[in-house]
Amino acid sequence: MDLTGQKVVLHDMSLRDGMHAKAHQITLEQMVTIAKGLDDAGVPLIEVTHGDGLGGASINYGFPRHTDEEYLNAVIPQMKTAKISALLLPGIGTVDDMKMAQDCGVTTIRIATHCTEADVSQQHIQAARKRGLDTVGFLMMAHMLEPEQLLVQAKLMESYGAECVYITDSAGYLLPDGVTARVGALRQGLLPETQVGFHGHHNLGMGIANSLAAMAAGAIRIDGSAAGLGAGAGNTPLEVFVAVLDRMGADHGIDLFKLMDVAEDLVVPITDRPVRIDRDALVLGYAGVYSSFLLFAQRAGAKYGVSSRDLLVELGRRRTVGGQEDMIEDLALDMARAQKG
Amino acid sequence: MKVKAAIVGSGNIGTDLMYKALRSPLIEPVWMVGIDPESDGLARARDLGLKTTHEGVDGLLRQSEPGEIQIAFDATSAYAHADNAAKLNGVGAMMIDLTPAAIGPFCVPPVNLDAHVNSRAMNVNMVTCGGQATIPMVAAISRVQAVDYAEIIATVSSKSAGPGTRRNIDEFTRTTADGVARVGGAKKGKAIIILNPADPPLIMRDTVHCLTADTPDEEAITASVHEMIEAVREYVPGYTLKNGPVFDGRRVSIYLEVAGLGDYLPTYAGNLDIMTAAALRTGELFAERIGRGDFRPEQRSL
Repeated sequence: MDLTGQKVVLHDMSLRDGMHAKAHQITLEQMVTIAKGLDDAGVPLIEVTHGDGLGGASINYGFPRHTDEEYLNAVIPQMKTAKISALLLPGIGTVDDMKMAQDCGVTTIRIATHCTEADVSQQHIQAARKRGLDTVGFLMMAHMLEPEQLLVQAKLMESYGAECVYITDSAGYLLPDGVTARVGALRQGLLPETQVGFHGHHNLGMGIANSLAAMAAGAIRIDGSAAGLGAGAGNTPLEVFVAVLDRMGADHGIDLFKLMDVAEDLVVPITDRPVRIDRDALVLGYAGVYSSFLLFAQRAGAKYGVSSRDLLVELGRRRTVGGQEDMIEDLALDMARAQKG
Repeated sequence: MKVKAAIVGSGNIGTDLMYKALRSPLIEPVWMVGIDPESDGLARARDLGLKTTHEGVDGLLRQSEPGEIQIAFDATSAYAHADNAAKLNGVGAMMIDLTPAAIGPFCVPPVNLDAHVNSRAMNVNMVTCGGQATIPMVAAISRVQAVDYAEIIATVSSKSAGPGTRRNIDEFTRTTADGVARVGGAKKGKAIIILNPADPPLIMRDTVHCLTADTPDEEAITASVHEMIEAVREYVPGYTLKNGPVFDGRRVSIYLEVAGLGDYLPTYAGNLDIMTAAALRTGELFAERIGRGDFRPEQRSL
């Protein structure tokens, strides 16, 4: 694989996807310190919101320590060159939330839908483009759909005005060939000026390999996270990916040692548990389950005396999609009742 | 004598409503109004003996007899509703609005239908499918004790979410959240909708989470929830309490499933059924008053 001189825009997830791993409890001070470190290391784009995006504050997904507005207002004025993005899932957040984020200084908005439901993003993508935001479509749980059908969905987002469309491996289920096929289908089928991105999870240890495969297939934006802080076994660990890209001579524009220090000195100390492929995280990747279900399944499993692994496997079998966290307690109650006989 | 009604909108909702209305002892659907001459709903209506027009409400007003329609169900779109309501109220028909337009007050039958009938409202709005499925549960808790916050999550099969819902998903979240607070009786409301493409399609699922102001009275809330479930089941037999109420500190959670009757769309589309069943229920209560001579819908402008 030759990525010599290939340009890539790296997008840090530690302060958004990482919120899942922290049950949305990152403090303002931690957020600002980490964001400043990433900015100083030359990371061009940093995502900041509740783990489930703008408007994610809820009983269902967890109430965050601070509102999206408070986080954005704390971080954005401190940035020297990094731009701040926000995630928005139609059905959870609204165009009003997008306006709030833009007023705070967000310049990139990422509109996320389940990979088969791109048409619910029309209202939000059109509004984002009209407001002059860098507008990204984010097709989640992309392992559940074949490449040709993903292209149909990506074209919908493009037709609404998305300037970049992501293959999002929310379950960390894809293997490199699956990434190549999906990213390749988008790269070949979308307009040349539409960018393609890839968002990985490390549940099967494929974060780096999948991200490289995505670049080789034409992706220009790649998501990762300092120290891997993210849902499940975390995202593609960004400092590891940058080291690999250095060795391959790709053009990423980041100071590797500074990024290593952010990961080691700022992110690792705030983690509640090691971000690693533990048994349940592995099950997410193996069974194709939305990564942020991890902590919910562990809590429900402990509360109702059922195995979190059994819960996650069953959630995969039922083909649950992102956002269905409310299924977890419901299912745990059913399973506990069945156990008692 | 049954009260004569028109159904405006010949899509999934309007067509499903027609089948239910044809079984009603109180309402006779006489007109089906569409805008597409090729629509399946209009063809079915013609076959079942309804009068039809594909020229919208204007076509209806030209072709119907004066005073013929006393109740009109609007299953078009929020965009079209204001105009439809002005015209139909103008000829003395009371409107039951199944769009998210919400010009009239929100109506959730087991919670506030009696109040609307008593006030002889000329236009009531049926909130959203998620609202019809969840607001009764929020009300069941808030009638026991104060609810600071109520949140609902509606998960529907992709196949049952039509283009209108998809283009305007923010209207669903905003209108439902508003109904959860105003009709459900919570200080603050939030609504989330999830579309799931699994095949075979999943039956509509709804979760209701409430935070009560004080420690929840478990016994009273449980009794109230079960009573409300029965009240909804009178018009939506497939409305089922799957789990709960679960009590966890001040959190009260209820897990529901809503299966439809399978009149026009299959039973998984409980989200469509609960709208059409609630709208028909609303129409029937108004029809009962009209039949008794208690209520004469009058010509009035909005």
